[in-house]
Amino acid sequence: MSKTETLFDASELTVSMGPQHPSTHGVLQVKLKLDGERVLDLECVIGFLHRGVEKLGEVQTWGQFVPTLDRMDYIAAVSNCLGYCETVEKMLGVTAPPRAQYIRVLMTELNRITSHLLWLGTHAIDLGAITTFLYCFREREEILKIFENYCGARLTTHMFRIGGTQYELYEGFHDQVRKFIADFPKKVDEYETLLTENRIWLDRTKNVGVISAKDAIDLGLTGPALRGSGVNFDLRKAKPYCVYNELDFDVPVGEVGDTYDRYLVRMEEMRQSARIVTQALDRIPDGPIMAKVSKIIKPPVGDIYHSIESPKGELGYYLVSDGATCAYRARVRPPSFVNLQSLRKMCIGHMVADVVAVIGTLDIVLGEIDR
Amino acid sequence: MDVNWLIDNVLIPLIKIGIVFGALSGVVALMTLAERKVAAFIQVRLGPMRVGPHGILQPIADGIKLMLKEDILPAKADPLIFTMAPVIALVPAFIVFCVIPFGPQFQLFGKTISLHIADLNIGVLYVLSISSIGILGIILGGWASNSKYPLMGALRSAAQMVSYEVALGFSIMGVLMITGSLSLVEIVNKQKEYGWWFVFLQPLGFILFFVCGIAETNRAPFDLPEAESELVAGFHTEYSGFRFSLYFLAEYANMIAISGMAVTLFFGGWLRPFPNVAFLSFLDLPFLALGPALAGIFWFGLKVIIFLYCYLWFRWTWPRYRYDQLMKIGWQWLLPLAIVNLIVTAAVVVLFL
Amino acid sequence: MDALKAKFETQFVKATTFLGQNQVEVKKALITEIMEFLRDDDGCKFNYLVDETAVHWPKNEEFELVYILYSIDKGHTLRVKTRIKEWETIESVASVWTTADWLEREVYDMFGVRYANHPNLKRILMPEDWVGFPLRKDYNLRLQDVEWVRKHLGIDSGQKYYVGEARHEMPDYITPQD
Repeated sequence: MSKTETLFDASELTVSMGPQHPSTHGVLQVKLKLDGERVLDLECVIGFLHRGVEKLGEVQTWGQFVPTLDRMDYIAAVSNCLGYCETVEKMLGVTAPPRAQYIRVLMTELNRITSHLLWLGTHAIDLGAITTFLYCFREREEILKIFENYCGARLTTHMFRIGGTQYELYEGFHDQVRKFIADFPKKVDEYETLLTENRIWLDRTKNVGVISAKDAIDLGLTGPALRGSGVNFDLRKAKPYCVYNELDFDVPVGEVGDTYDRYLVRMEEMRQSARIVTQALDRIPDGPIMAKVSKIIKPPVGDIYHSIESPKGELGYYLVSDGATCAYRARVRPPSFVNLQSLRKMCIGHMVADVVAVIGTLDIVLGEIDR
Repeated sequence: MDVNWLIDNVLIPLIKIGIVFGALSGVVALMTLAERKVAAFIQVRLGPMRVGPHGILQPIADGIKLMLKEDILPAKADPLIFTMAPVIALVPAFIVFCVIPFGPQFQLFGKTISLHIADLNIGVLYVLSISSIGILGIILGGWASNSKYPLMGALRSAAQMVSYEVALGFSIMGVLMITGSLSLVEIVNKQKEYGWWFVFLQPLGFILFFVCGIAETNRAPFDLPEAESELVAGFHTEYSGFRFSLYFLAEYANMIAISGMAVTLFFGGWLRPFPNVAFLSFLDLPFLALGPALAGIFWFGLKVIIFLYCYLWFRWTWPRYRYDQLMKIGWQWLLPLAIVNLIVTAAVVVLFL
Repeated sequence: MDALKAKFETQFVKATTFLGQNQVEVKKALITEIMEFLRDDDGCKFNYLVDETAVHWPKNEEFELVYILYSIDKGHTLRVKTRIKEWETIESVASVWTTADWLEREVYDMFGVRYANHPNLKRILMPEDWVGFPLRKDYNLRLQDVEWVRKHLGIDSGQKYYVGEARHEMPDYITPQD
């Protein structure tokens, strides 16, 4: 007699949160093995957005490669630009002039605010607080207008060149940025009022996706996710680049390593970024914005690794040069790629609804993961 | 079988039914617009603005659109139940209004007309049992879709609604004890007699009732089974077009029903604020022909609208609960609190009343 | 550095500094032990594997594997390199740092470097049944696996087909069909 299998016989169910899904940011497939509602095992399938950026690095010249990199982490495009330009400048032995460096820091911190605002909006909307998403985008609109006025693009900005920045600050830049920054802490307070003490938010995020400091370092987690677990490692303080060693800011560190701590860390980071922007605005020196770099860039033979703190984590560039106009090997160390590995560790034992929360808290960008 | 009897027992109820259900359908349609407008204003945007001045005629546009959509019946679905399920969800929400009083009695052409369709002396019991039938509509909808995920979604929704029904029933009992009657008309009259709305005598009962009411209607923050960002897509996955709109109208009708019940049980129904303070008796409009009746309807409507606004406000402000936390709240928190409320009320009633 | 030299004398090749960044090159044989030493020894304490990647030098027919290490406590960086021939396997360091899991999968996916003792050596970015290793120097920028495209996308992509031939008749040469 054949055994009929009903829905309720299955003690283990394999479900795929498929590539198109409202709450996985980008095309990410998560295969879950469930026991009822509990996650037993988890596997991430990535590569849907693979565009061969590293291969393109070997074909495009050093200068041509910069816009391609914008498309990697398209939300924090300015950080990509900054990292690569700094790496190549190190290879060439060139330093960007101080004015260019201050402009770079300013734009990068504004971009950090943008990236965190997007994170907050999408994280909140995944968990059901729909209004926060629209408030965050209202703020983001202001910054994107500043970007557009500065370099013509909102998202994939290509702001910096190897050796400095191309565009001078426009007329009215100071006023626009100051106006935005003056209002911004109040807006962050508004988001905090909505979410931080909210009973429902606490229930959904406390003790969800906990990862200890030791596990985090072992898994290579970086960025706010690592700092949420209590490890005080921020590349802007540990290996200062650009003019960060002249600026005064704090690095927030969490305690437990759950989703709530990561949320608090990123909220505080937004405030600190605003602080950095104010200082940079006050201290921009006058001077040239572009160093003397030859038209055709040919770095000496050798290899170099340089990393910066992007909003997602440690964004590193490992460039190998053989003296030609193109890189011999252009390797990008994507923070979201390495952060996504820890999804498995964080989610096992939790409910299906928590997987959504943890993906949100890791703040991944598929463009960066897949390159 | 004289004409008087016919008029009293057939014509007038029919007119009342027509007016009440007509008004209710109108309010449900307006709720679709109100939801989008309130959501928009909370989210710093404008909402529907094109159809009519400030989007007032949007529900008509939505209704026409949904009626003209292609009627998709999934191949594997059971056609009869698939079609009937939304209706089974919708009808109970409407017939709850048969027992809710909208205003006091008044005289018209020598006849005493009371502003409720039926005065059942088991009114509260009727309401609770009819709303349970609505849950059946959801289960059948998921079942008839003949697909794994809608069925799981339907069962989760139904489990949530059934759990909160229990706590809902318990939270009302305090009111019933004070009134000593199950009839809704009697409850409102008793509030007039005591001069206090029952929310002041039963604050915990009211809070429990409203929270359970939100969970009953599957609204945020308890709307996990129908949230889009979840794995299981909810019982209305396979529905589209007009049938889908029936489910959504059922949800809004349920919301209005719960609001109506909350107003009647705890906020004095059609009574004005401070019903026994003679100073404010002009608010009852005694000088107009149908004055007291109109005032009653006005106050009832105003209170229901405030409750509906609260529903919308909560949905767009708070995140949503996870399913297991939801069930835990229903069983481990609300039910014991309701029982405690019951015991305390019983003690007070016995000792002081 | 000297401690490392002392312990693993046989495996050491050279230590250099380029643009202020320290590198050391070792032979591939005891790579896991070397990594464990680097992680645990008090002088080094490299508890964080920043990146692991490969560079293809077709002239010598070898891959240069690069491990970038950082110590969060001490704050110093080190780059460890080894060279392996295209057909050789190397031991995985996933047992030393879990980070290496996906990083090595990507190196396998893009270059075809086979890792021994890896928990889950599958393609990560390319589709599972893709033939060819994209980041190798002999893989043209526009090359596609025409069979895969035909099978999965139902179109004829018209690109050159990559034929992986075993250029050395070595028994454990990794063919693209693996």
